[in-house]
Amino acid sequence: MPQYANNPGAIQALIRPREIHRDAYVSDEIFDLEMKHLFHNTWVYVGHASQLPNNGDYLGAEVGRQPLIIVRHSDGEIHAFYNRCPHKGVRVTTEECGNAGRFFRCPYHAWSFRTNGKLMAVPLKKGYEGTNLEDNIAHRGLFPVAQLKVYRDFIFVKLNSGGESFEEFFGDSLSTIDNMVDRSPAGKLVVEGAPLRFMHNCNWKMLVENQTDTCHPMVAHEASVGTAVDIWNAEGGGGKHPGVEMLAPFMSPYEFFEGIGIRVWPNGHGHTGVSGSIHADYSEIPGYFEKMIESYGEERAKAILDEVRHNTVYFPNIMIKGPIQNIRVFKPIAADRTLVESWTFRMIDAPDQLFARTLMYNRFINASTSIVGHDDHEMYERAQIGLTCNGLEWVNMQRLYEEDETYDQEAVVNGTSERQMRNQFSAWQRYMTMSMEDKTAGAEA
Amino acid sequence: MNLDLSAASDFIYSETRMLDEGRFEDWLQLFTRDAHYWMPAEWQQTDPVLQPSLMYEDWFLLKVRVQRLSAARTFSQKPRSRSCHVLQAPQIDELADDAQSCHTWTPFHYTEIRGDDSAAFSGWLKHHLLIQDGTIMIQQKRVELLNFDAPLPAIQLFI
Repeated sequence: MPQYANNPGAIQALIRPREIHRDAYVSDEIFDLEMKHLFHNTWVYVGHASQLPNNGDYLGAEVGRQPLIIVRHSDGEIHAFYNRCPHKGVRVTTEECGNAGRFFRCPYHAWSFRTNGKLMAVPLKKGYEGTNLEDNIAHRGLFPVAQLKVYRDFIFVKLNSGGESFEEFFGDSLSTIDNMVDRSPAGKLVVEGAPLRFMHNCNWKMLVENQTDTCHPMVAHEASVGTAVDIWNAEGGGGKHPGVEMLAPFMSPYEFFEGIGIRVWPNGHGHTGVSGSIHADYSEIPGYFEKMIESYGEERAKAILDEVRHNTVYFPNIMIKGPIQNIRVFKPIAADRTLVESWTFRMIDAPDQLFARTLMYNRFINASTSIVGHDDHEMYERAQIGLTCNGLEWVNMQRLYEEDETYDQEAVVNGTSERQMRNQFSAWQRYMTMSMEDKTAGAEA
Repeated sequence: MNLDLSAASDFIYSETRMLDEGRFEDWLQLFTRDAHYWMPAEWQQTDPVLQPSLMYEDWFLLKVRVQRLSAARTFSQKPRSRSCHVLQAPQIDELADDAQSCHTWTPFHYTEIRGDDSAAFSGWLKHHLLIQDGTIMIQQKRVELLNFDAPLPAIQLFI
């Protein structure tokens, strides 16, 4: 029997100030409601404009359980449609990406649609004469997604109409996207290379929470990073192995992570690494800083590169690493199943070595073959199983909790705080319930 | 000593047997000190570092992987993984005139299990072998997965 549908009070009761009920992670019903509400009420990342360089280029996306087509029209504008022929419901495209030419053609009955969605042609149209096809919704063409925003080439959609605008929803958190783009001397990024795709048997929110969990690296990654550092030191440790340079900071002590700070923004966004981060101390790449000075002047170039944010969570389900030019998308598949897609960006006009570093980071940390990834993956999957234990139904989230903390304004706190996780759940209960009708007995009375 | 199809095949069979028997320290000694173990993440990939790879490990990184497998706090290896390779007969794609190095092509089926979970992969091994101090060594082992672009589970051992 449904416990949570049309019962916003029951959903809000899953979130206590210092702890979260396990149903948020294990309940199939909660997962269904996330797909219907949370992912319809929030601005969700669907791709990057560089994946659509030419008019007619399209890519497939999925938000909640809704299959979408994102396409660049002949005037250069980007549109988002539900991936369904308005005639009989057939999915129009199945490729991850491609070029539609001037129009999409449904493979079933050859109804065709311009890349702005408008119905272009219906075969044997005389069969509809006198049937008032013009008055039917099918005549309008591909059904558009309610809201779409392209911000510095990052494409977001919101399935529900109304609510917060893109700017209101993300607010100052957009500064991380800005910094990642500004790091290109040309101010332009392009997606390059296929994403690494790693399947996890755990709830998607565990992965999002781990992005700002700074008390696990020195513990969970002792196996991978600790071993790497030990071997390097035992063998003399001379010079700087690029892998050790990238991995060693993960083993930094608690005091380091306390000091670098966490910044939280309203609506569930936040980042680690306010002042310094594990990405702060990479070797200089010859020629890069000079290019940045050429583009921005020395002072501005320095300011851009001194911003070394670690992980920025854009609620609900992506994480951006500005200094690495990497996006991780946490795609919910089921309550206990999440696909992680890790994308890499090349900075236009920057030396190749920087893109090589981006790719190296991605395979070191995010690949299904990554030993660092294996450490995390094991913890998530153990948690998913552990949470089925009865008797203890709450997940603790109270590290550095403050009695008067609120989540409606920006704050910078100790870098080992779990405040960003609490911030996410504060947003979670709001976006889960804002479009939900209260049909409980009390509400009707 | 010279390389030919028979010598290269025997070497590749015994190399994967070491992996399946969990003799990772011995396996590591088959690689030259400037060798790479490469698992591309794109079809017909030509560049290991400017195109995405799942792995592109030098000798040091391979050693880290081998040592990690048996480290006390490697929780993702409790319980341990085991593997089984089934190889098709290797072919030589290229043999140096002096028979001191060669490139081979070997289709495989690979199964990796851990606890009750089992994952199967197939694809092609591409070895670059050479003779060093009278023995056959691996200069590069390239593992091409058939489904490199699919959502993959954790692959913890070596294909």
